[in-house]
Amino acid sequence: MHAQPAYVHNPVSPVTDTRKVVVDIAGLNKYYSAFHVLKGIDLKVHEGERIVLCGPSGSGKSTLIRCINRLEIAEQGRILVNSTDLSQATREAAQVRSEIGMVFQHFNLFPHMSVLDNCILAPMSVRGLSRKKAVELAQHFLEKVGIAIQANKYPSQLSGGQQQRVAIARALCMEPKIMLFDEPTSALDPEMVSEVLDVMVKLAGSGMTMLCVTHEMGFARQVAERVLFLDGGMIIEDSPPEDFFNAPKSPRAKAFLAQIVH
Amino acid sequence: MSLAELQNMFLSPELLERYGPRFIDGLLVTTKLVAISFTLGAVLGLLIALGRLSGNRFLRSFTGAYVYFFRGSPLLAQLFLLYYGLGSFKGFWQDVGLWWFFRDAWFCTLLAFTLNTAAYQAEILRGSILSVAQGQREASKALNLSRWTTFRKIILPQSLLVAIGPLGNELILMIKASAIASLVTIYDLMGVTKMVFSRSFDFQVYLWAAVLYLVIVEIVRRSLKFIEGRLGRHLQ
Ligand SMILES: Nc1ncnc2c1ncn2[C@@H]1O[C@H](COP(=O)(O)OP(=O)(O)O)[C@@H](O)[C@H]1O
Ligand SMILES: [Mg+2]
Repeated sequence: MHAQPAYVHNPVSPVTDTRKVVVDIAGLNKYYSAFHVLKGIDLKVHEGERIVLCGPSGSGKSTLIRCINRLEIAEQGRILVNSTDLSQATREAAQVRSEIGMVFQHFNLFPHMSVLDNCILAPMSVRGLSRKKAVELAQHFLEKVGIAIQANKYPSQLSGGQQQRVAIARALCMEPKIMLFDEPTSALDPEMVSEVLDVMVKLAGSGMTMLCVTHEMGFARQVAERVLFLDGGMIIEDSPPEDFFNAPKSPRAKAFLAQIVH
Repeated sequence: MSLAELQNMFLSPELLERYGPRFIDGLLVTTKLVAISFTLGAVLGLLIALGRLSGNRFLRSFTGAYVYFFRGSPLLAQLFLLYYGLGSFKGFWQDVGLWWFFRDAWFCTLLAFTLNTAAYQAEILRGSILSVAQGQREASKALNLSRWTTFRKIILPQSLLVAIGPLGNELILMIKASAIASLVTIYDLMGVTKMVFSRSFDFQVYLWAAVLYLVIVEIVRRSLKFIEGRLGRHLQ
């Protein structure tokens, strides 16, 4: 049987959760021309909540979280982020990205800039911080992810795990309220997965609202309050990790779990 | 054959003394012509590249046609079209106050070269902008960088790194093609060479010209290699 998670959390039913709703998705439908990717997604994310999304490849996980920071625009439905309606092309909707950090599978660091410059660009250019303030902030977060001494290196001089930690620090430098992770460890060599997950666990402990697409089930057990299982563009299950892993309701989730647990 | 005879055949001191300064002048004219038109062509080329990539259909087809025309016809034809063709509408240019420009071979040559190299540079820049990974744009968006900041700080530096090799080739082609200017009375390196040959009837001056072109091209080639190495240090 599985060991008890080290991180103690308190799963609350999404219905009775009294925390503030920071992301409120209702009736979301998204198409890639004729292809119906997201089929009527309803999802409420509460402040400080940690959600893991999993599901087979192509089920729409990336598309769903990319809708939350408007990297994709859905054709139908409503997304409120901190009560800003993202379906309207307003100035507020455009600014919502400043409140949401995103970490990509392939890091997407800027290769021609040093680690430090990667981290200070957006705080200076978007938030209008002075260089001094931005550097302080960057050093603070690089410290947190354990990369402070590499601040003057270029991304290509770092390992994959280090690059992903820089990418997390870069996102945190915008001091976002919500962090999105899109398979942050699936492009990494196995020995580097844990250093990235450790950073994410620490971040979860600090109270950050997190939506993570990941198949790292150990991580899900340890930090997630809810696991969402997506299949064919729909949320098939939405339950605390114990329930999801020990007693998945749908046959598809069962099949999926059997596959990834090997 | 003695050494002195050999020297007289390829680098006659007498000829060198009489015409040497002219060759220096010609070299300067060629350098100026290429430097100005290549630089202006880079600015215009970048704008055309952006037009080619723009979401606006009119801009896209206009810049597409521009590139198609200037890359699809000979530079010589473009130069003659400008200098002799447009230059023949004296009355019109006088009316719009541009006659000073179109009657002057130097300005017409600069314009023709600029328009021509802009088309080539636009294609190089367009390709290099497209070569920047999509993830770079997504990361910029996710960080809420403005479109302008994204272009200036993320896309342009990375695409210039890709473009610098092909741009260097274009510069070298321009240096050699600039000899065409001599056909509209410009005393560039080739113009000077032709003039000196018509006076001295000594073929060695063409050898000088060839060597001088070679020297400029080699200097340019080495500088570019150096710059490329410096810029791309961290991307190895
Ligand atoms: N830009 C796009 N254009 C067309 N189809 C896309 C695009 N992006 C994703 N898709 C398709 O949408 C489906 C869901 O993609 P995605 O959200 O990336 O799934 P997941 O992250 O769960 O693997 C896939 O079938 C994929 O092929
Ligand atoms: Mg995905």
